[in-house]
Amino acid sequence: MAANGLADKVRATQVWKSIFRHGPPDNARNRAAVVAGNVFLHLHPIKLKKSGVQLGYTWCMGGLTFFIFLALTVSGVLLMFYYRPTAEYAFNDIIALREHVPLGIMREIHRWGAHAMVITTWLHMFRVFMTGSYKPPREFNWGVGVILLVLTLLLSFTGYLLPWDQLAIWAITVGANMAKATPFLGHGGPGAALAQIGDFVLVSDKNDVRFQLLAGRFVGEPALLRFYILHCVFIPLVVGTLIAVHFWRVRKDGGISAPL
Amino acid sequence: MSEARQSLNRREFFSYLTVGWVAFGAACAGMLSLAFRFSYPNVNFEPEMEFIAGTPDMYEEGVDERYKNGMGVWMVKQEGRLFALSNICTHLGCIPTWLPAELKFKCPCHGSGYYTSGINFEGPAPRPLERYKINLTAEGKIKVDKTKVYRWEKGEWDNPNSFLAV
Repeated sequence: MAANGLADKVRATQVWKSIFRHGPPDNARNRAAVVAGNVFLHLHPIKLKKSGVQLGYTWCMGGLTFFIFLALTVSGVLLMFYYRPTAEYAFNDIIALREHVPLGIMREIHRWGAHAMVITTWLHMFRVFMTGSYKPPREFNWGVGVILLVLTLLLSFTGYLLPWDQLAIWAITVGANMAKATPFLGHGGPGAALAQIGDFVLVSDKNDVRFQLLAGRFVGEPALLRFYILHCVFIPLVVGTLIAVHFWRVRKDGGISAPL
Repeated sequence: MSEARQSLNRREFFSYLTVGWVAFGAACAGMLSLAFRFSYPNVNFEPEMEFIAGTPDMYEEGVDERYKNGMGVWMVKQEGRLFALSNICTHLGCIPTWLPAELKFKCPCHGSGYYTSGINFEGPAPRPLERYKINLTAEGKIKVDKTKVYRWEKGEWDNPNSFLAV
């Protein structure tokens, strides 16, 4: 057929062959090579069990969480073009994102996506728990998943401050006071009163973990900048790395668990 | 004269390897501790913890909000005592509002309420507002020192540094 003739010609070009080292995926070996020879796909198992693609078994919640993470990354990077993390501009920039740019829903996509990602993460963990998929040999990946859950919540927490309205400032004030109550590391926590030499207080509001988080004694402009960088750079890099580990371990631990 | 050796023997190779890894580990540890210290700035631009709050004769009986914004302190004159009341809610650290009509401090976050004295009487607050150290300077000005707090539940409100007799 002509179409096949054209496809064969394209496949025969050096450009095509330099990108795809394997032949057309018309046999089992080449189909495996499609996955194994691709830097993104190689994290994924080469072959899936039938149950692994059953919606009733997985709910696709892990996949949805990843999809939402990608959507949040894209929308978040776009928002960064208009948002300035300073006390003078932050609040107005958030309002302006609704009115001053085409597709003013971009900020709402980011915000509602963030809520959705927390929900899908919980549902994913619920599914993994109920199907016993945390059991050996998958116990390490459960641990990675728990860290990813914490990081997801931290992304929500750090993003919460960025609108710089009353809700944001007081929510972060309350949240940061949890850091203040950390044993030994926060100046209001148990053990802090013991860390005292004479009149010299070792753990005070000037050097505890809350100060490190907020770059100050209260939520001010330095805290806004710090949360912005944590939210946009630091935590996403860690999350991206751990997602790669998470997916690769699914493959290495024998793919998605199957019903007994 | 023997010719110069061309290669390391096994023992030397592991010596160099050990030195190399120790140096690399030390460099990483150094960079990590630098990064940790980097997160604590030497300077911040928050208000001073000590400030001069005028003179005793400028206060009427009741709550004065002059030093609330900025310094975070209510100056309260009550029953012959002038004291500097912290404006940080003891529940979760929000800033209550002074409601003159109801003679109480009311926290907008979770509804904690405090009397003029700072004693809590409603909402989730577990203990009264804190009071700060207050003195007269040699010139007769009021000096408030927020680094030292006095707590009611520790019986510290009768400490002579926690109020001025007026």
